[in-house]
Amino acid sequence: MTSATSVHEHSRPAAPASRARRVRPGGPRRWSPSPRRTPYALIAPAVLLFVGVFLVPLGYTVYLSLQKTQVSGLGLGLGSRKQVAAGFSNYTTVFHDGELWDSILRALLYGCILIPIMLGLAVIFALILDAQRVRFQRLGRMAIFLPYAVPTLIGSMIWGMMYLPAFSPINWALHAVFGIQGINFFGQRIVFLSVANIGVWGGTGFNMMVLYTSLRSLPQEAYEAARIDGANERQIALRIKLPMIRPAVIMTAIFSTIATLQVFNEPYAMHQISYGGVSTTWTPLMTIYKDTYTANNIYLGSAESIVIALLMFALSVTVLRLTNRQIFGGEAR
Amino acid sequence: MSAGLLTTAAQGTAPSRTRRVSLLPTSVLLLGVVYALLPILWVLIASTKTNTQLDSYGAFQPGGSFVTNFKNLTSYDGGVFWTWMLNTALYAGGGGILSAVVSALTGYGFAKYRFRGKGFLFTMILVGMLVPAVVLAVPQYLLVAKLGLANTYWAVLIPSIISPYGIYLARIYAGASVPDEVIEAARMDGSGEWRTFLRIAVPMMTPGLVTIFLFQFVAIWNNFLLPWLMLSSENKYPLTVGLFTLLDAGTSQPSLYSLVLVGSLLSILPLIALFFLLQRFWRVDLGAGSVK
Repeated sequence: MTSATSVHEHSRPAAPASRARRVRPGGPRRWSPSPRRTPYALIAPAVLLFVGVFLVPLGYTVYLSLQKTQVSGLGLGLGSRKQVAAGFSNYTTVFHDGELWDSILRALLYGCILIPIMLGLAVIFALILDAQRVRFQRLGRMAIFLPYAVPTLIGSMIWGMMYLPAFSPINWALHAVFGIQGINFFGQRIVFLSVANIGVWGGTGFNMMVLYTSLRSLPQEAYEAARIDGANERQIALRIKLPMIRPAVIMTAIFSTIATLQVFNEPYAMHQISYGGVSTTWTPLMTIYKDTYTANNIYLGSAESIVIALLMFALSVTVLRLTNRQIFGGEAR
Repeated sequence: MSAGLLTTAAQGTAPSRTRRVSLLPTSVLLLGVVYALLPILWVLIASTKTNTQLDSYGAFQPGGSFVTNFKNLTSYDGGVFWTWMLNTALYAGGGGILSAVVSALTGYGFAKYRFRGKGFLFTMILVGMLVPAVVLAVPQYLLVAKLGLANTYWAVLIPSIISPYGIYLARIYAGASVPDEVIEAARMDGSGEWRTFLRIAVPMMTPGLVTIFLFQFVAIWNNFLLPWLMLSSENKYPLTVGLFTLLDAGTSQPSLYSLVLVGSLLSILPLIALFFLLQRFWRVDLGAGSVK
């Protein structure tokens, strides 16, 4: 008895330090875990999935990247092909693989075309949707967002067929209106624009909605005050709204950059349609896919994957470090 | 595109303040609408043509063969197209719901609690999941095969549950829509942490969670690479993989192009319908976000 009381006596002075304990000091135990354990319980499912779906496979990739196939004898029969340790030989191959580095450069160039255009359009449309005295805002919001409902692969197949010389409505329109001969959408340089156009078409609406959502969550009083002071809609959009949605713009830029380096569906579908206008190693992921599956070298493919993952990791950490504080500054730490 | 920005910027100098409708932003918006809808309109028209009409007719001149194309698609390979449609709905619906649940738990945990390793775990989850899908696809496939789950629905469903974007958004929503004072007050009244979460935080976060569900639903509906690698039997394919194999066959057998076109159209209609039906939810959602 006395010892139990003394435990309470002891725990009490410490209680004010923790809000949760002050609420129910020494009361009957509840079914819920204490707040100290609650956050871990809340994030446990995500962490477990993260480990199972990401960390373990990642570790396995590292392991595979250090292996190779050894062929003994004539390479015939069941036991003749063995998996043996390869040291860093796969990585040496990767660093001398011109195709992979070309594909990285291509992805970067693609990103330099895609991201400014897509995000520029998304910002413009979001500001127009949020402005006063603009007609057709509902229609605009739904229609521009609509391509997001079209799977990238399906969208790429549709655009790919629209680029086909025999079907192309663009060439048809150019011919009908200006009498110009058709554009070859799969030409060496134009193909970048052709693929980027698919990305712009599919991605603008989504980013527009993200930015529009954050515009709508801004306090309206700020613009009322500016309006009373005689600011026009353009000034309000550029001087007040745009700076206030900066975190959202940064966020969309991060996700777009990462998505760009991972681009696969659009060029992969285009490859199928373009009669070689888009090669099998057009982007880094296509190169990995080709080496792993078509060339059936999972060890080299794994090494390539790790190199690409490290590049993206470095990029992501840099960008997140720069922005994390700005976005989540106001929370409990 | 910079021209678009300039015209928007120039609009302020025009005497638009006296007019009721600002013409420039409105026309820029309408141009965007045309650009966004053009391919969909084209597919709609192209799906009414036979293969010869695809070549010979003008791009926007409709043919009369939609029903024939539709029947051909439905009978193609014993109606496998509709199996793909059902599979896609299953993957996207199930994965979307599970993902919203996991995101809500995680986002709330990160936004409303302080605990050791918080910053590290959040960065880990975000950065770890920025690892490109294809990097993990091979070992994921090999591991899934070891567990005997290759070519099952689970192989596609489980990796779809965890979404960095969903967790990121849920953290923002929880931070913005559930005031600390409310949680504090619930604790004062003796509510347990889980009860507070389920009865108070979740209803406040619901509009945001609907958005997360929709985003993940669309993401899974759109996914190609994961099912393309994980599945080998045609009757487990989602639409994207199924139509791609159809297109692949079409490059050597051009008569399949009209099937691909009808299939593409039909595969985007459910999502378009969903968007229009949930338009109200999008609006409620966006409106609710503005409580501040």
